[in-house]
Amino acid sequence: MIRLNNVSKRYPGGFDALRNITFEVGDEEMVFITGHSGAGKSTLLKILTLIEHASRGQVVVNNRNLARLPRRRIPYFRREIGVVFQDNKLLHDRTVFDNVALPLVVAGMSPQETGRRTRAALDKVGLLGKEKMYPITLSGGEQQRVGIARAVVNKPALLLADEPTGNLDAEMADQIIDLFHDFNRHGVCVLIATHDLRQIQRMRKRVIGLKDGELAVDSGSQAA
Amino acid sequence: MKNHLLRHLQVLFYSLGELARAPLTAFMTIAVIGITLALPAALYALLGNLQRVGGGWDEGAQISLFLKLNTPETTARALAGQIRAMPGVASVRYISPTSALKEFKRLSGFGDTLNLLDSNPLPAVLLVRPAKHAAGASAAQRLAQTLGKLPGVALAQFDLEWVRRLDAILRLAQRGVLILALLLGIAVLLVVGNTIRLAILSRRSEIEVIKLIGGTDAFIRRPFLYAGLFQGLFGGLLAWILVAGSLALLAGPVRNLAGLYGSRFELASLGLQAGTILLLGGATLGWLGSRLAVGRHLRAIEPG
Repeated sequence: MIRLNNVSKRYPGGFDALRNITFEVGDEEMVFITGHSGAGKSTLLKILTLIEHASRGQVVVNNRNLARLPRRRIPYFRREIGVVFQDNKLLHDRTVFDNVALPLVVAGMSPQETGRRTRAALDKVGLLGKEKMYPITLSGGEQQRVGIARAVVNKPALLLADEPTGNLDAEMADQIIDLFHDFNRHGVCVLIATHDLRQIQRMRKRVIGLKDGELAVDSGSQAA
Repeated sequence: MKNHLLRHLQVLFYSLGELARAPLTAFMTIAVIGITLALPAALYALLGNLQRVGGGWDEGAQISLFLKLNTPETTARALAGQIRAMPGVASVRYISPTSALKEFKRLSGFGDTLNLLDSNPLPAVLLVRPAKHAAGASAAQRLAQTLGKLPGVALAQFDLEWVRRLDAILRLAQRGVLILALLLGIAVLLVVGNTIRLAILSRRSEIEVIKLIGGTDAFIRRPFLYAGLFQGLFGGLLAWILVAGSLALLAGPVRNLAGLYGSRFELASLGLQAGTILLLGGATLGWLGSRLAVGRHLRAIEPG
């Protein structure tokens, strides 16, 4: 699903965010990316979603070489992956339903199909009853679940999450990570950037550790 | 295809809703566009009216045939009959030297002085009115030349130079209105562009999110293009209303003034065709201004 080969990212000004990162993630794996703030977790996710381009090295996601993807194809590439953000990036002037439906609307799906899939995604995260509410009226954990529903509504093969439990208490964080685990068991490749060691120990999944932009630890592929 | 149309309709109504959600901002923009477009449209309407005034005088054009001195009245009347039968002539009126002198005395104020003359120095005159189809300045000019060559005619005078000059001035003014319209059209582009730029900036985070979840540039552009289109369209409508209203306010006094000159001239309003052009032009300018702004600013907004 993901293959990085000697990937480096140098920002203008000479700061090396990533240095010679090489690893592969299989189609049905669940992986935690960990490291201190500034270790390069966010940069790695930005490169995987083409918010940033790698300065050197090869990045292949879902069988696409990202360096060769023309700018106009980027939207279509992004529809193949689901992304969950720490600040969930919900639109606060739209209802929960409209937020979750947005990727389908953007992709031009018919209203009937959009409604069906949106309700299915909301059902999966346990928020079917709150589809008409506005995100601001929901708790932090519920907002994050809306973000997850939006990320999976397209049925992507790859789910990326950047500190999805960063702003949540332990109980809510457990729920969120369990939700990711559930998607993984249904065949979705899941990559979670986090420094929540509790979740990492609880899940016992592969861990890739970054330190100052370099690959420090890779516990290696293991069956899910 | 049906889906595509449906999505366009959705965005269309969404854009209309956006305008309604911020009525004051929308109204300000529309008012600026309306007033900007109203100026050249009003000038255009006034020019059209001036041309009709000129055209009216043109139609009343007469050719004066001064006959040779001492032409007997019978010869003059025979000539009048001959001319009356010519194509392109509507009517001929004979004015004898005596009645010409009488009229001259009355109008010139030289009455007493003229009494000192022992003979009448004025020639007989035939007033020829061209038929409608020959009433244009050039056709009447040709008729005057033909009549001038008739035996017994000393001079054929067709004095419509001033009509031609008015025509030339109006043409000049028309060019001026065109230039003004072009400049103000560019102003509308800039106004819409700036409004759309602000709209884009105020929805920056929304655009970022849509880009992140795979929205194409075309998808993001669409509501802004519709917004520009509607602002331009409503601006054009406002301009039409402004011009029609102003002309309606002027109609009474103009009728009054024309009455004082013995004319039944009526101020014509902006026609349906000109109004439609105003609406379409406004919509096009709005769309174009939005297109320019969106093209410049959307690319700059990238999630990061």
